[in-house]
Amino acid sequence: MILTNFNYFANLIRYFSEGLGWGTGGEILGYIIVAAIYLAFFALAGLFLVYLERRVAAFFQLRLGPNRVGPWGLFQTIADALKLLTKELIGTDRKDKLLYHSAYYIVIIAALLSLSVIPFGHGFAAFDVNIGVFFISAVSSVGVLSILFGGWGSNNKYALIGGMRSGLQMISYELSAGLALLTIVLMAGTLQMSEIVLQQQTGWFIWRGHIPALIAFFIFIVAGTAESNRVPFDLPEGEAELGAGYHTEYSGMGFAWFFLAEFINMFIISAMGVTLFLGGWLSPWGITENLGAQWFWDLFWFFLKVFLMIFLMMWFRWTFPRVRIDQLLTLEWKYLLPIGLINIVLMAILVYFNLVF
Amino acid sequence: MEQIILNTAELKSQEYFLNMGPQHPATHGVLRLILTMDGEIVKNIEPDLGYIHRSIEKQCEYEGYKQIIHLTDRMDYLSAHINNEAVALAIEKGLEIEVPERVKVIRTLMGELTRIASHLLWWGVMGMDVGALTTFMYAFRDREMINDIMEETCGARLTMSYSTPGGVMFDLHPNFQKRVKAFIPHLRKVIPQYHELLTGNVIFQKRMNGVGKLSYEDAISLGATGPVARGSGVTSDVRKFAPYSALDRVNFKEIIYNEGDNMARYNVRMDEMLESLNIIEQLIDNIPDDGIQAKTKALIKLPKGEYLQRVETARGDLGVYIISDGKKNPYRVKFRSPGFSNLNTLIEIGKGHLIADLVAIISTLDFVVPDIDR
Repeated sequence: MILTNFNYFANLIRYFSEGLGWGTGGEILGYIIVAAIYLAFFALAGLFLVYLERRVAAFFQLRLGPNRVGPWGLFQTIADALKLLTKELIGTDRKDKLLYHSAYYIVIIAALLSLSVIPFGHGFAAFDVNIGVFFISAVSSVGVLSILFGGWGSNNKYALIGGMRSGLQMISYELSAGLALLTIVLMAGTLQMSEIVLQQQTGWFIWRGHIPALIAFFIFIVAGTAESNRVPFDLPEGEAELGAGYHTEYSGMGFAWFFLAEFINMFIISAMGVTLFLGGWLSPWGITENLGAQWFWDLFWFFLKVFLMIFLMMWFRWTFPRVRIDQLLTLEWKYLLPIGLINIVLMAILVYFNLVF
Repeated sequence: MEQIILNTAELKSQEYFLNMGPQHPATHGVLRLILTMDGEIVKNIEPDLGYIHRSIEKQCEYEGYKQIIHLTDRMDYLSAHINNEAVALAIEKGLEIEVPERVKVIRTLMGELTRIASHLLWWGVMGMDVGALTTFMYAFRDREMINDIMEETCGARLTMSYSTPGGVMFDLHPNFQKRVKAFIPHLRKVIPQYHELLTGNVIFQKRMNGVGKLSYEDAISLGATGPVARGSGVTSDVRKFAPYSALDRVNFKEIIYNEGDNMARYNVRMDEMLESLNIIEQLIDNIPDDGIQAKTKALIKLPKGEYLQRVETARGDLGVYIISDGKKNPYRVKFRSPGFSNLNTLIEIGKGHLIADLVAIISTLDFVVPDIDR
């Protein structure tokens, strides 16, 4: 693990190992506590996003949404999670047990690993690795395995079609998303997430990179929506066609993990977009830079931006129809990918001649 | 019932069977389609019916003529009133009675309201089938207004049983005209919104244009009716060529689109809603006042003979065919339901499409499965 400069989580671990003098035992305890924080964040953020989605959907659809359990219905999703926890697990006969059951662990692991390198604020990242962008691209593509496993292991043709669609979709759109990220990495000259954010103190990359950065941002949103399997690219689930797609045969917590992971993936995509394009935790025009409690403002701006991105993706979901599988692939291979490739060359030229702001 | 046996020996390599339904979100009830698939491409479609067969035709033989009407509510439950009207008209034909003018107008008004309600529901579900979930709620908001009108008139919202042989069950509620007049401008206002939300969407256009083409010739030879036939350019509106009730005194266009694809069928229904509004507008202001019931006997006995009445339901041409042997029950009742013949076209046009397109095609054919099975 590379612990650079200043990091709240590293300080915490150091406090247990050195501050209290517990040595290796303290260090391990620190790691466990950090892991627990992330797990709690995973569950709470997932549940909150489910709640948010239901509320947003309700407002798009002339409804009220959940408003009975707790204030404004905030505890509705927690009640749902409790229900799912206590449900009997029902699966298909003759399923591939190993693949079937490993699927939902992989989806959590992939989501948590991606989450761990995202800086929520200055010094708020569990692993501020110097290859952050690359790391996220790598581990988030592990997530596709879970969907493939779930689709194949379920012994259900609908699940299988969903899994195969997802394989096609995620592998295709990863290219575009990766290229869009690389465009920014070219500007930043680093793969470290916190470093990328700090470089944007003079201006967010989406403005500094002229038109290529804007195009990259657009491509990233499209590809990101596709990678998190959301409408208009929710073909792996495609409820009208496939029932529930790859998680048709999961019940109880198995289903809940997939469900939560979908929302966490949306959070990760949004967080990536915010970090690389929209200045991460930095406030617009530095309006809160000289106020106290900087950690609070960091978190505030980061989550506000992420919320806006997520809201945009929810907006897509509740207004767009779903594309067809051939249209999906046409969009990627005939339009997004060539545009992304040209875009990255343009950006390279801009950077080489030092034309970026 | 004949059992459909899946013969895997007939399959080419790469092909597999996919059992779509009877429980499947896109089959709108309990339609079962046995698909032969190659990857995601549908090679063959075999509908398997009978999951909601209630032998309505057979039951009719054991019921008096007045009771039959209540059974027809449960066929195409989305055009319940039009089904009632069809049977009532057939019986009136047999009795050779002339119903009051008021009844004719009320029946036509109710029929057109039912058609709009049915098309609204279809529009909502259509959006859901292609993945746009919001349409459903919008459609139901507006359909609710019609259901409220129905509820106020006869107490039931869906299975109304409002027409009886010789008239209608109750007189119109005093609020009826006011509420219908409020509904007309409302729907005129929201239909452009519908177009904005769904029709204009580029993804939706790509999903609908050129998909599920039903040619003019096929539409005729497969017996397509209603909006499905009119989407392929076939003139088939019973209201136009054999007007019943008060339809002979109103002006309206028969909506025809020639493309024969999903989009054409979609447009036919969207325009039909507006055309139904025109019909309602022409009738709502001058409802005659000459009673709601013609004189009929308490126990109706049709004279010996055969009676046929065709009406245009929201799904197409519904034929009611009654054979009477002069007793208090019909000897035989046959319903020629529009859904059944439209299902034939699915077998033709669904082949070679992706499964996502098949779902969209099923949606534009607008099946109500109890209507297919009866």
